[in-house]
Amino acid sequence: MDKFTTHTGRVAPLRRSNVDTDQIIPAVYLKRVTKTGFEDGLFAEWREDEQFLLNQEAYKHATILVTGTEFGTGSSREHAVWALKDYGFKAVVAPRFGDIFRGNSLKNGLLTVELPEAAVEELWALAEANPDTEVTVDLVACEVRAGDRAWGFEFDEFLRWRMMEGLDDVALTLRDEDKIAAYESNRDAWRPRTLPAQV
Amino acid sequence: MSRTPHEAEEMRPRTLAEKVWDAHVVRTGGAQPDLLYIDLHLLHEVTSPQAFDGLRQAGRKVRRTDLTIATEDHNTPTDNLFTIADPTSRKQIETLRANCEEFGVRIHSLGDDNQGVVHVVGPQLGLTQPGMTVVCGDSHTSTHGAFGSIAFGIGTSEVEHVLATQTLPQAKPKYMAVTVNGSLPEGVSAKDLILKIISITGTGGGKGHIVEYRGQAIEELSMEGRMTVCNMSIEWGAKAGLIAPDERTFAYVQGRPHAPQGEDWDAAVEYWRTLKTDEGAVFDKEIVIDAASLSPFVTWGTNPGQGVELSGNVPDPNDFDDPIQRTTAASALEYMGLEAGTPMREVPVDVVFLGSCTNGRIEDLRTAAEVIKGRRVAEGVTMMVVPGSAKVREQAMAEGLDQVFTEAGADWRFAGCSMCLGMNPDQLTPGQRAASTSNRNFEGRQGKGGRTHLVSPAVAAATAVTGRLASPADL
Repeated sequence: MDKFTTHTGRVAPLRRSNVDTDQIIPAVYLKRVTKTGFEDGLFAEWREDEQFLLNQEAYKHATILVTGTEFGTGSSREHAVWALKDYGFKAVVAPRFGDIFRGNSLKNGLLTVELPEAAVEELWALAEANPDTEVTVDLVACEVRAGDRAWGFEFDEFLRWRMMEGLDDVALTLRDEDKIAAYESNRDAWRPRTLPAQV
Repeated sequence: MSRTPHEAEEMRPRTLAEKVWDAHVVRTGGAQPDLLYIDLHLLHEVTSPQAFDGLRQAGRKVRRTDLTIATEDHNTPTDNLFTIADPTSRKQIETLRANCEEFGVRIHSLGDDNQGVVHVVGPQLGLTQPGMTVVCGDSHTSTHGAFGSIAFGIGTSEVEHVLATQTLPQAKPKYMAVTVNGSLPEGVSAKDLILKIISITGTGGGKGHIVEYRGQAIEELSMEGRMTVCNMSIEWGAKAGLIAPDERTFAYVQGRPHAPQGEDWDAAVEYWRTLKTDEGAVFDKEIVIDAASLSPFVTWGTNPGQGVELSGNVPDPNDFDDPIQRTTAASALEYMGLEAGTPMREVPVDVVFLGSCTNGRIEDLRTAAEVIKGRRVAEGVTMMVVPGSAKVREQAMAEGLDQVFTEAGADWRFAGCSMCLGMNPDQLTPGQRAASTSNRNFEGRQGKGGRTHLVSPAVAAATAVTGRLASPADL
């Protein structure tokens, strides 16, 4: 996974809340069997509207999406994260995220940061007043900065470390393979199996 | 592992979910989250191809093929069993078949007796049992919590992780109780109850919590009804939802193909009986609901929390105190093409969809058939009935339910996810309005520009007859 330490870029101020993963990428775009190439599905229905934020020249090159609360609720589709990444977003800021989406984002090097409504409102206002405003999302300092404004954010220490190192979860878990094997040797024999016993 | 060292040490009163959690901890403590063992991993064609690719690239295999099972559901056609018209859908299904073949995973493909929506197939095979951890790359995995298991949806990276290690690192959740006192009134179903709960909590109210549904009304629900309730836990943001197993649960599991047998059955039931929240256990949060106050419930907006009694009206956005809710409601009404103040019973529909992992089980089909029997689907309304699995379809046909539906003018289909998410050709056209027994009324979910009202199977059937949102009592 890509490492994430800090990123500076422009903001796309998406003034919407409850943006579920069906809005981020509709199901018809989920048929690919690859992990890339989902950028055309991002906000596909909204992008048909010429006035939609990402169709405006001023926000076309934004790399930080700042959006309303409950972003990424609904379906577990990791394609939502891939679409945001493929489109060019490096970070998403919102007051609150859907749990599965948040987990998925952090496994793909897309930083999701929770800031209070008031901070999100300020960022929206800044980006609307001047789309060229540069904003920094800093995972090292756990801080979002814009000009002389700065907002701290909380971040789970383990997830932060994993993100900053770009570590692969599977490899981390397999360090404890002996514990997995020990657990398996103690499982009740009556637990259901989909196939005849393998081990 | 039901009597783990953890349990021997843990004498303090615990909730049901804590007991199941503790019994699956492979590793705990330190900076990393708990590592949980996964008892059952369900796969389908949409969220698995990239996970198998990841295994291939790393030279890994599936650690426990005997705890893994795949079915085809999201993309499958429902008008026939074998012709998948869309080449990308076909490719995705072919990819799943090839991956299962290569990695030795059991699969139930189109045409197989056990094909169907992944969350219908697990319980019907008896693979879903009390006290398990169940995951799937699908957010409605919470369905399996109805058996007293911790079951939740995961992303594709996590699918790969489970395939490779049979475990998942999971941050400790918080625990919530939803206590539903009293009995549901006649004509009020599990679907009405869960829609009501979501309207109270909003789409994020359960965030970070594993929720235990309990109380008299929950105990009185059938297993199908309990699955409907747990299924929609994700719609209010909960990590998972579960219900303590009881005699009804054991009776449902007993005799199914993968249920324990003989002495194993006795050992299993002995353990399962311990799976309840201890006296004095503390929840982080509790919501209490009076079942007697409930009535048929439907959604008016574009998220599952935007619901109202069928007897109510489309709300006025100006009546919401919270500014975010106000704007969300206003844009929802615009998308839905609804006027504030319109009685819900006056909202006309074009399509009725009966099916999905929420309401595609045999009891749901029976309920709807009972309402529609001897009646006709209204002029200009299309009703599509999609059983949750090939087995449900077979059972329904054995009971003559297909006849009831087709005689009423409804379309009797093959099993799959179908119009719940509109990945196959079963989609609404722009502006079409549906009464749907599925779980999400998101913009465009059931087809671009489609407008969805979430309803129970009984309301779906009555609505098909009148052409407007209705309950059986209106007929």
